[in-house]
Amino acid sequence: MIKLFRSTVIDAPIADVWKILRDFNGHHKWHPAISHSYIEDEKSADQIGAIRNFTLANGGAVRERLLSLSDEDYSFRYEIVESDLPISNYRAKVQLKPITDNNQTFWIWSSSFETSPEQETEITQSISKEIYEAGFQSIRDKLSKDHRSFNAVSTHQIPNESILKAKEMVISHFGGPEVFFEKDIEIPPPRSGQVRIRQLAIGVNYIDIYCRNGSFDFIDVPAVLGFEAAGEVDMVGDGVTQFYPGQRVAYACPPPGAYASARNMNASSLVLLPEQVSIELAAGALLKGMTTEILLHRVHRLQPGQTILVYAPAGGVGHLLCQWATHIGATVIGCTSSREKIEIAKKAGCHHVIVPGATGIVSQIHELTDGRGVDVILDGVGKDSFHHSIKSLGKGGHLICYGQASGRINNWDLNQAKPKSITISSPYFYDYIDSPESLKAVSDNLFQAINQGVINVELKHKYPLVDVAKAHRLLEGRQSTGSIILSSDKVVES
Amino acid sequence: MPTVYASTLIPASIERVWTTIRDFNALPTWHPLIAQSRIEGYKTVDQVGCIRAFRLKDGDSIREQLLALSDFEYSLTYSILESPMPVTNYLARIQLMPLTDSNSTFAEWSAEFSCPSDQTTTLVELVEKRVFQGGLTALKERFGG
Repeated sequence: MIKLFRSTVIDAPIADVWKILRDFNGHHKWHPAISHSYIEDEKSADQIGAIRNFTLANGGAVRERLLSLSDEDYSFRYEIVESDLPISNYRAKVQLKPITDNNQTFWIWSSSFETSPEQETEITQSISKEIYEAGFQSIRDKLSKDHRSFNAVSTHQIPNESILKAKEMVISHFGGPEVFFEKDIEIPPPRSGQVRIRQLAIGVNYIDIYCRNGSFDFIDVPAVLGFEAAGEVDMVGDGVTQFYPGQRVAYACPPPGAYASARNMNASSLVLLPEQVSIELAAGALLKGMTTEILLHRVHRLQPGQTILVYAPAGGVGHLLCQWATHIGATVIGCTSSREKIEIAKKAGCHHVIVPGATGIVSQIHELTDGRGVDVILDGVGKDSFHHSIKSLGKGGHLICYGQASGRINNWDLNQAKPKSITISSPYFYDYIDSPESLKAVSDNLFQAINQGVINVELKHKYPLVDVAKAHRLLEGRQSTGSIILSSDKVVES
Repeated sequence: MPTVYASTLIPASIERVWTTIRDFNALPTWHPLIAQSRIEGYKTVDQVGCIRAFRLKDGDSIREQLLALSDFEYSLTYSILESPMPVTNYLARIQLMPLTDSNSTFAEWSAEFSCPSDQTTTLVELVEKRVFQGGLTALKERFGG
């Protein structure tokens, strides 16, 4: 078996080189030996097993199969399935590595194959010179040309072509949905550690309303609201090696500012979207879905057989909590204020739905649990439900206050927790996703739950970004079910 | 689990760079932070399992064990047994690769370890910048880079 190894250094950051090389169907755009390429059987270029069909500049043809592709270590492997060359068992690997002290890229192209002894020298020369070294040179030329045109614009100010024009929805003062106005903005290139995102879908959440009307001390006006969006990476700043332009990403975290068609965000806050999760779904599911994951797997590790009470089971987070808790094997009781929402709650998997009325919550819970009380309560209501919740818990029960929609819980005597040895949690969502590792663990688990149908996020309401006021009216009227998203069409670059 | 990574290009053939790197007892000859080193027991520097005990210029002591050494792949792997840093499960690797279009060597130094989460930033900065990148820079200068 013959082994070939060629390596070089490219004077460009690894993300720029990888962006070009990773496209298994794009090598004809830069390699002089290849004149045309297509992927067989309508597969995508990053689908493992995809076969690219090359027409060579000399008229020959080669078919190559993608064996592996890793965005994590910047490498791919492929094999020749069919060619005119007198070789067999040809397998090759392209590998990039960052040179961390000068932001250049080390590139290795290696292969192994068999051929007849008479042809060995000629074939070895031909592949290493005409394929590998010629490829190195074309990428070097291509990137230095891109680099020169970039520098030619101006050496003193940010070149126009690296500014992205965008739109954002601003509030000038606290108030009702009418306070939004539209503003044209220019997004500069991302700073070190940041990623510039074209935000194609933006999530609208109840917390945005608290920010807008001033009941939440989170922003100073004027401000752009929104904690959740998804879209495509447009540009990456220095030191960002885990993302590259064109990737689909999403986030759900402070600082607010998501109501815009583009934005710079810290790379450490972003999650990469798996293929099965659309950008719109991510914008509608990430915040509520990760909240649900954290509540049921981290704040409380829900066990099969436990009984759980969920307030507002038809609401955004409540709906997902009921579905996931049912899947885990808990007995789920939903508590809703309106009879119309009983069916929605049952569809989400609630075994029982109670409506407080003539008979209060506490007595209904005691009836359903033979007087034992429930094991876990997920309470996003706050002041109005707190005392009912304490009384509805069983011995050793866990009350999780994850929201205070009806107001703050004040002046509460800790001794009331004692007779039943209850635990009360007041979790802060972002503490559970404040490192890249924990963010990945939570979001991976969420995406898996979505893919397996454990939870179903309904995207029923979609508005253009400029109509954000309509979205707020709908959400505030408490008439919506499922997620509300804003869509922003791609903005034309300057 | 934090991971750290540093790399550089050294203007010398891979054989020359490897001769320096593969000597598990030679850190004081090229790393600016290391003052003294010795191999424990009666083992040789290329005996897998040998332990180097070295003293830093700031007075701290560290013990590290050679876990793998490959003249074929130009790589070595070691773990930290004892150190003043609050790290556990520390596993590091040095890997060299040749540049085929110039007489140079690509060198990378990487590690992963566990540590208290509030120490992550400080330790990553220390290991990645001062120990690894600082060491690679000294190595590069040693070969005229």
